Amino acid sequence: MSIGLSLGTTLAEAKMHGRKLLVPYITGGLGTDWLDVLEAVIAAGADAVEVGIPFSDPIMDGPIIQEASQRALDSGATPASILGGLAERSFGAPLAVMTYYNIVHHAGVERFAGWLDTAGVSGVILPDLPVEEMGEWKSCAAARNIETVLLVAPTTPDDRAQKLVDESQGFVYAVGVMGVTGERNALASSARTISRRLTSMTDKPVLIGIGISTPEQAKEASQDADGVVVGSALVRRLLEGGGPDGAFDFISAIRRAVDAL
Amino acid sequence: MSFMGPPSEAGRFGDFGGVYVPESLFAACSELEAGFSDAWADASFRSTYYQILSNYAGRPTPLTYAGRLSEKLGVELYLKREDLTHTGSHKINNVVGQALLAKRMGKGRIIAETGAGQHGVATATAAAVFGLDATIYMGEVDIQRQELNVFRMRLLGAKVVAVSSGSKTLKDAINEAMREWVASVETTHYCIGSVMGPHPYPYMVREFQRIIGEEAYSQSLDQLGGAPDFVVACVGGGSNAAGTFAGFADTCAAVLVGVEPAGGAAVGRGSPGVVHGMRSMLLQDEFGQVEEAHSVSAGLDYPGVGPEHSYLNSTGRAEYYSVDDDAVLDAVMLLSQTEGIIPALEPAHAVAWVASEAGKRIPLGSKVVLTMSGRGDKDASVAAELLVGRLR
Repeated sequence: MSIGLSLGTTLAEAKMHGRKLLVPYITGGLGTDWLDVLEAVIAAGADAVEVGIPFSDPIMDGPIIQEASQRALDSGATPASILGGLAERSFGAPLAVMTYYNIVHHAGVERFAGWLDTAGVSGVILPDLPVEEMGEWKSCAAARNIETVLLVAPTTPDDRAQKLVDESQGFVYAVGVMGVTGERNALASSARTISRRLTSMTDKPVLIGIGISTPEQAKEASQDADGVVVGSALVRRLLEGGGPDGAFDFISAIRRAVDAL
Repeated sequence: MSFMGPPSEAGRFGDFGGVYVPESLFAACSELEAGFSDAWADASFRSTYYQILSNYAGRPTPLTYAGRLSEKLGVELYLKREDLTHTGSHKINNVVGQALLAKRMGKGRIIAETGAGQHGVATATAAAVFGLDATIYMGEVDIQRQELNVFRMRLLGAKVVAVSSGSKTLKDAINEAMREWVASVETTHYCIGSVMGPHPYPYMVREFQRIIGEEAYSQSLDQLGGAPDFVVACVGGGSNAAGTFAGFADTCAAVLVGVEPAGGAAVGRGSPGVVHGMRSMLLQDEFGQVEEAHSVSAGLDYPGVGPEHSYLNSTGRAEYYSVDDDAVLDAVMLLSQTEGIIPALEPAHAVAWVASEAGKRIPLGSKVVLTMSGRGDKDASVAAELLVGRLR
């Protein structure tokens, strides 16, 4: 059993010290070296890492993460194998699991929260579980000190956004663009708009995710936000065989770009 | 007590239903719920909807006494003829409603998923007649087995997008349509084809399909001299069954029977799960990964089911059984050769169940209403291949 660092405390402290936050996403169970990739992105300057537990029907994900999920599933990845892998090592940054609600629902909310706790995971992101349906999960998660990160979208009305920001734990995940995960040629104007909206509502760290594909885009997005989540652009490099070294180089480049602000 | 009333404010039928969507879609579901409630309470909206169903889609559809088959089976069998509607299936009822609603809500574009292609054809048809832009998502496997419907959609002016992920069937077409909706929700209405998805879809689609059951109930009173003993319909997502049951669940004591494909029996063989925006019965493995359904019928080849069916099953008001592909093909031949009606593979499931249960679960002499949800033309090439050597 490993002891996880608190997501919220770690990110809030870094923010207080004026550091822009960088949270890479990797698909759990993608390749035999995925735990080495996890360590590499932390060594490259990740403040926390999002670990995906793959689901058969990922409706928020574009082609890259769909393929990564399918490859991981085809090679036998399960919630137990991924969380078991995480439990074997200790990491220098807090971990958040990203998965779809059926994985949690099927395991049972209480049992799943226990699994995360045992694996040293301190946060969770469930993109298809809206706050209205979250009550049972949140109380089980709270009992295990698991923080539940909520997403806010460009289409979320202001009053609802305020409620989501207030209830989000760890950080606030601002959806930068209307669409599924994937690389984009340029940063969407909606990314900066939502950053300004949400940072004015809360002192919690606001991270922009979805559509952050390059160091330049990460830097641009971080002007208004407290940091970025980078998923597909990293996972594509892993699908192409980049491995831990490729992941280290890419995340290092993003780190340098956001630090240059 | 009402068995098929509206869902709770949270969009639940008992423990099933809800709104399990990404935050990007949440506002659209709320907007749609408000838009539908407002429209459905508006007499002028309803009157336009009924007029179009009557003048354009050919309603009411007849309730046909299947005399020769009844004699053969020893039950009194009546067929609710949705196969006679414009576009050849009950899907048009729902699509006319949703297309009118999309226009009323100022959306100029609709997207839809399709399995057998009947919902895609109905959506393409409504898009043409109401002047909307339509894109239809369809699994590659289904594109191959429902070639005729793909051509019909394209001829009607719709764009058909082939989906090559996962099982390449209906489940994946829904995933892809939802992904597209996440990107285009501000200008686009997602016209879901069954009583599934996040609230308000299961309720809204059932309401747009309840005309089947309301007509069939009143026709039963006229033609059977009272309510039937059994009401039978096939269930994939379950829209024709939900619409049919809605006319009978709270008006009489008829036994309601949903017939699932053996390879996609979510109610019969599944467990509660959350996918495609709803909590419902679902075929899934020990880790919660959704399993692929396997059915000769593209329209029923779906591992989930509408949440209201999960609820009706849990209360016992409706019963769910399954039949295998061989029985379905036998039923296609049986109905074609006794009644001169070539059924689609989907309603042939209901025919197969009645044929196998007449004199067993269905006592001899019972009066049975069966929803003939669509005609079989679209399945000609699949059926021809599977029935080779069995025809004269």
